[in-house]
Amino acid sequence: MPQFGSFALLFALVLSAYTLFAGSLALRRQAVGIESDRLGETARRAGIAIWVAVAGAAFVLVWAAFTNDFSVAYILHHSNRDLPTPYKFAALWSGQEGSLLFWALLLSTYGLVLRLRHKVDVKLVAYASTILAAVQFFFLLLLNFAATPFSLVQGQIPADGNGLNPLLQYPEMVIHPPMLYLGYVGFAVPFAFALGALIMKYPGEKWIHITRRWTMVTWCFLTCGIFLGAHWAYSVLGWGGYWGWDPVENASLLPWLTGTAFLHSVMMQEKRGMLKTWNVWLIFATFMLSILGTFLTRSGVVSSVHAFAQSSIGEWFIWFLGITFVVCLFFYVRNREHLRSEHRLESLISRESSFLFQNLVLLASCFAVLWGTLFPVLSEWIQGHKVTVGPPFFNRVNVPIAMFLLLLTAVGPLLAWRSTSWASLRRNFTIPAIAAIATALLLLSLGVRPWEDAAHLYALMAMSLAALVIATVISEFVRGGRVISRHTGQNLLSSIGTLTRRNTRRYGGYIVHMGIVVIVIGLAGAAFNQEKEQEMGFRDQMKIGAYTLVCQNYTQEDNPNYSSEYAILDVYKNGKMLGQMFPERRFFKASQQASTIVANHSTLREDLYLIYAGKNLDTDKPIIKAFVNPLVAWIWIGIFVLIFGTIVALIPPMTAAAVPQLQRVRPVSIPVPVHSEPIEAGD
Amino acid sequence: MHLRQLLLAGFTVVLAIALLGADGDRARFQDLGHHRLICPCGCTQILLECNHVGCQYSDKMINQLADRVQKDSSDDSVLQSFVQEYGNTVLAAPTHQGFDRVAWIMPFAVFFVGSFTAAAVIRNWKARSPAMLDSHPASPDLDPYREQARKETEL
Repeated sequence: MPQFGSFALLFALVLSAYTLFAGSLALRRQAVGIESDRLGETARRAGIAIWVAVAGAAFVLVWAAFTNDFSVAYILHHSNRDLPTPYKFAALWSGQEGSLLFWALLLSTYGLVLRLRHKVDVKLVAYASTILAAVQFFFLLLLNFAATPFSLVQGQIPADGNGLNPLLQYPEMVIHPPMLYLGYVGFAVPFAFALGALIMKYPGEKWIHITRRWTMVTWCFLTCGIFLGAHWAYSVLGWGGYWGWDPVENASLLPWLTGTAFLHSVMMQEKRGMLKTWNVWLIFATFMLSILGTFLTRSGVVSSVHAFAQSSIGEWFIWFLGITFVVCLFFYVRNREHLRSEHRLESLISRESSFLFQNLVLLASCFAVLWGTLFPVLSEWIQGHKVTVGPPFFNRVNVPIAMFLLLLTAVGPLLAWRSTSWASLRRNFTIPAIAAIATALLLLSLGVRPWEDAAHLYALMAMSLAALVIATVISEFVRGGRVISRHTGQNLLSSIGTLTRRNTRRYGGYIVHMGIVVIVIGLAGAAFNQEKEQEMGFRDQMKIGAYTLVCQNYTQEDNPNYSSEYAILDVYKNGKMLGQMFPERRFFKASQQASTIVANHSTLREDLYLIYAGKNLDTDKPIIKAFVNPLVAWIWIGIFVLIFGTIVALIPPMTAAAVPQLQRVRPVSIPVPVHSEPIEAGD
Repeated sequence: MHLRQLLLAGFTVVLAIALLGADGDRARFQDLGHHRLICPCGCTQILLECNHVGCQYSDKMINQLADRVQKDSSDDSVLQSFVQEYGNTVLAAPTHQGFDRVAWIMPFAVFFVGSFTAAAVIRNWKARSPAMLDSHPASPDLDPYREQARKETEL
């Protein structure tokens, strides 16, 4: 079987080379007027066949894990006989070679969908398919020559494998990497379309329109992947937090930030024919940052607890990144006239300006994260010694930028396209501003002390700005709902439903903003975290916040995969028994590594988070570390809101024909002063 | 006009406070252990958050920190003693001296330069003659897409 896997990868490489070569040749011939449809079709079909070959290789590797084929070095190092079934499947992406194969599988799956849906725009898809084939060719080169997943063990084959890293033996690890990779890899599709459109001087709106849903789905996957990772860190790593600004975490954030900027700025191109160059470079940057992130985590350039071992494949990524940049730059320079803006910005106080500044803030944040991630390397190069750039740096630099971004998120929807008068801005800003001030006063009355602690200051600002955004979004829904209600006789809630279905993209976007704000509220809770560590013998008590923990027992268990120690703690809140919690530490036999299993009692108000930190060898008593983390549950709730908003935005809007009751009243100008252009119901 | 000045002043104050930060008076031990020092075992975790099983450093360093905070009144000299013992990487963030200062300045410099550049570009666009834009009229081919975008993003 391993030989079949190797052959499948080699065959996939040949197919990708053919897709690239034949696709390029067909496009070149078509450009000079020579008929090449059949050649182009063979390239497309070869592109489809890549998926079959790569899927075959991935199947072989998973099969090897399930059948405990330890003659394959990768399986020997990342699986063992007693590993539970779901984790054997997860072994596919738990090591360098397997994760690259998984990356290639996802890329070929995206390519498959793209090539099957070629009728959406045959010529543009042909360009995109060829560019995607170039990316596939690179990854398949890596898999065939630099990081081969089917290398065989030399000499005696061990009876059992080394096992999966204990930190990865957690249910979320079965879905977190696929989500993250779907996000990373997915940006290759809009990148391929953007570059293809630039090469063929295609109208900007068209490629953006075709790739809009790709980009949104990809962005949603990346967002889910990032937050699943955060939840995994919170639940497994056992340090009481969910985001540590580790280089690998940062690597996932970089394309997310530019991707978010892209999703906003494309609206300016779609609506007003502006920012064409900006958008093309934003999606180029997003794709290149995905590759850069992969380089950072696999080259050993920056140290990370998540990073794969240092290897020579970092150089491959640098070359690929360099070639990608040169190709993008070449076609941009050659065809830049095609990207000239069709309109100008007419006012600083306009929707366009808010998008522009919002993009700037996102890019500033992206730069700050990238700068902090790479600064240790720069410092070593210039000063001769490394420095650590840890969470204090990233928090101090990024939190103010995030505050500014929240402010723009609140103000943006209140601004009209082209220009907004100060009078209308003031009128529409009054209620949200009152909500923000009321929130700040409420928090101060509840004991938040921003003058004593920077964390309190940031939490106060974040929650006040969150209130501002929520009030703005609600007022947008209510204002639009009232207009429809007035002209159709529906009640306000139904009108808001109709409004959302008719404008799924806009109002789905607002729901996404709400999700982000809910997440921000959850993050702001970190300012009020409490923690305590104590040795707890039988009947010992620990008090933290409103909770009292009483140790009832501490014991051990054993199974073929791991042995464990855990404490049994009665938990009381304000004197009332809540139940028992079992913080645990496991020792995995195959890998000879230990891991904590956190006990977490989560409510909307706060989490009681317990860690079995170890055992005092002198007294043989467990050491329990307890955290009270306010509002953490809102982070995970926010993600669901965000996913819901993305789904709403992806749904095609209901057409006027589907809303006959609205046709009766068109056109009617809505007397909402914030919009400079009359808005017509039924549009 | 009045509102504009008010908003501008408000934003400036908020931004200034945010950038300057507001140092609290939490216990020095908590501050140094949670914000200033990192565990040097390779786990890259903040000292008081290191839960690395079998870590050779964190327990020892936490005891040292408690001891040195009691004996030494200056945070800087406590930090310096750790740097001398464990090297520069023991500090959780770059210092505000020498080349390290660049780490702190650069993100905000880029942000402000970007903002001012964007504002200048917008002003420049505003000042441009409409005739310049007429030389690049919008393609009518794109109208259906703009119409769809307008429908999807506006009421």
